[in-house]
Amino acid sequence: MPLLDIQNLTVDFKTASGAFRAVDNVSLTVDAGEVVSIVGESGSGKSVSMLALMGLLPWTATVTAERMAFDGNDLTGLSARQRRRIVGKDMAMIFQEPMSSLNPCFTVGFQIGESLKVHLGLDRAARRKRTIELLELVGIPSPADRVDSFPHQLSGGMNQRVMIAMALSCNPKLLIADEPTTALDVTIQAQILDLLVRIQKETGMGLVLITHDMGVVAETADRVSVQYAGQKVEEQPVAGLFDDPHHPYTAALLSALPERATSRRLPSIPGVVPGQFDRPTGCLFSPRCRFATDRCVEKVPPRQGALAGLALCHYPLTHGKPVGHPGPQATLNERLFV
Amino acid sequence: MFGFLLRRVGLVIPTFIGVSLVAFFFIRLLPGDPILLMAGERGLSPERYAELLTRFGFDRPIWEQYLGYLGALVQGDFGTSIVTKKPVMDEFFALFPATVELSICAILFAVVLGIPAGVIAAVKRGSGFDHGLMATALVGYSMPIFWWALLLIIVFSGILQWTPVSGRISLLYFFPSVTGFMLIDSLISGQKGAFASAASHLILPTIVLGTIPLAVIARQTRSAMLEVLSEDYIRTARAKGLSPFRVVGVHALRNALIPVVTTIGLQVGTLIAGAILTETIFSWPGIGKWMVDSIFRRDYPSVQGGLVLIAVMVMIVNLIVDMLYGLINPKIRYTR
Repeated sequence: MPLLDIQNLTVDFKTASGAFRAVDNVSLTVDAGEVVSIVGESGSGKSVSMLALMGLLPWTATVTAERMAFDGNDLTGLSARQRRRIVGKDMAMIFQEPMSSLNPCFTVGFQIGESLKVHLGLDRAARRKRTIELLELVGIPSPADRVDSFPHQLSGGMNQRVMIAMALSCNPKLLIADEPTTALDVTIQAQILDLLVRIQKETGMGLVLITHDMGVVAETADRVSVQYAGQKVEEQPVAGLFDDPHHPYTAALLSALPERATSRRLPSIPGVVPGQFDRPTGCLFSPRCRFATDRCVEKVPPRQGALAGLALCHYPLTHGKPVGHPGPQATLNERLFV
Repeated sequence: MFGFLLRRVGLVIPTFIGVSLVAFFFIRLLPGDPILLMAGERGLSPERYAELLTRFGFDRPIWEQYLGYLGALVQGDFGTSIVTKKPVMDEFFALFPATVELSICAILFAVVLGIPAGVIAAVKRGSGFDHGLMATALVGYSMPIFWWALLLIIVFSGILQWTPVSGRISLLYFFPSVTGFMLIDSLISGQKGAFASAASHLILPTIVLGTIPLAVIARQTRSAMLEVLSEDYIRTARAKGLSPFRVVGVHALRNALIPVVTTIGLQVGTLIAGAILTETIFSWPGIGKWMVDSIFRRDYPSVQGGLVLIAVMVMIVNLIVDMLYGLINPKIRYTR
């Protein structure tokens, strides 16, 4: 039984101009000790799906799921109070902006100790001792002094370490890291990533890494789920994904990596993720896909099998060739088809 | 912290001079001659008038009068009332506790009701409670104090007869003033029912004086909370599995308090202005009523002294508020 099992998660937001579907039938499983990465550009619903799992979405969001089970508990049937016993204890999350994710009015020691008090019921002395241990674990120098620091007295990288310490405080079985390095300097990014991977290896917890950095994915993940416009478009073990991407979107993302560039000019994906008002009827990627045909525009693509990376595509790629594709003359934009 | 304090106190000096200037010249700009007012309808002979003019020093050039006044002020001499012949300082501090007692009760009333109401409105944004509270706050803020006071007197003192109409305590009780605060003195006296009587006399003036601060604090708390509740660290607090009560009451409120405390500090000035009306309506023997009486009598030293002393009190309160910021938000404390 997987540690985390999400089947067909859908999140709708009520907006002034009608409902907006941010996450559309996304499924995801994570095993204990596994690192799963969710990739996709901004607006692809990566964060929203994980916030839905944590129960952190605002009231304007409607979350539905066929199954949302964590460690054998069905989360959909739990009351808010029962859910709070899991959230922050067995399932923890860290965020993109370490500077604004910590409360400026309280010391970092207080903020870490709070989890220990609420979930483990430790007394003051035990909390302090454990907090210092945690700060040491995440590589903060002279933790006994830093425990009484306020977030504004620490750098962004240090604050992200504090966030990690907070998330680890109750030895979670699953850690969700929502773009943990995006807001940090490049040198610090590598340190934080190394820290996360090291701790994941040591503790054997599951790790969900949300990112839009393919380099990060390649270094850390066991398995990758690619999301586009709220849908999961492909899922593969990391080696397979980089070797043989099956969805044209994944392929386009990978070819946009500087390391993989073959021409002088770095390739990019034209256009942007569709929003609330320009959502295509067929395949959501069709307006930006170089293989798109009339069928792609009109019909919702089927989910392919595991061999084709569960790709959500009419013509899944195999070694760069679209299977069953009618050929260049059928594409909407011949110029793009190679 | 010490350097910060020193700089703040340094700022107080020009403010103090400004206030003394305004206090000194504005009362003299008012038409009406204090000596003629004292003489009343009988009038007085030109010789006597000139003699009195010299005695109070009103015949000297105005700038000389001001410098003399300022010089005495710096030495702590606020002058002597030309009506009662008592030192202004003594009169002020004899009446001041009554105003302080009323003001403290009013601000407590406003804070104790206003902050929770604002918090609930923010958490339940868009709900019936939110809309109802904001509409009520607007009405409360817009209502003229004297009209609101009369309305309450008619309903609670007149029709329902629940509360006394005016004064600080029933005439049945008499005990020496120890602290000047009627609630405390009545407890010290040990007389049965004295405290209840003092408290019942406080209810209506407290509500009347506290209504505007209550409305302002409730609205300010709501908007500050709304801003804070969408911050990232609130999401972090919720991600820790904390109860909504703890998230709102500890993590959000602490941050929202900064603008609220500022508002409370600013309301202290408004409170003094409100106290003048409230004290007059409820015959509350405080400095507000005393100031009004002094202005009518053109009692220059009393008005001047009263204004300066009130200004000093407001400055002290604002100084305390500034220091509170650092206690609430350590970021302000360290960055100065």
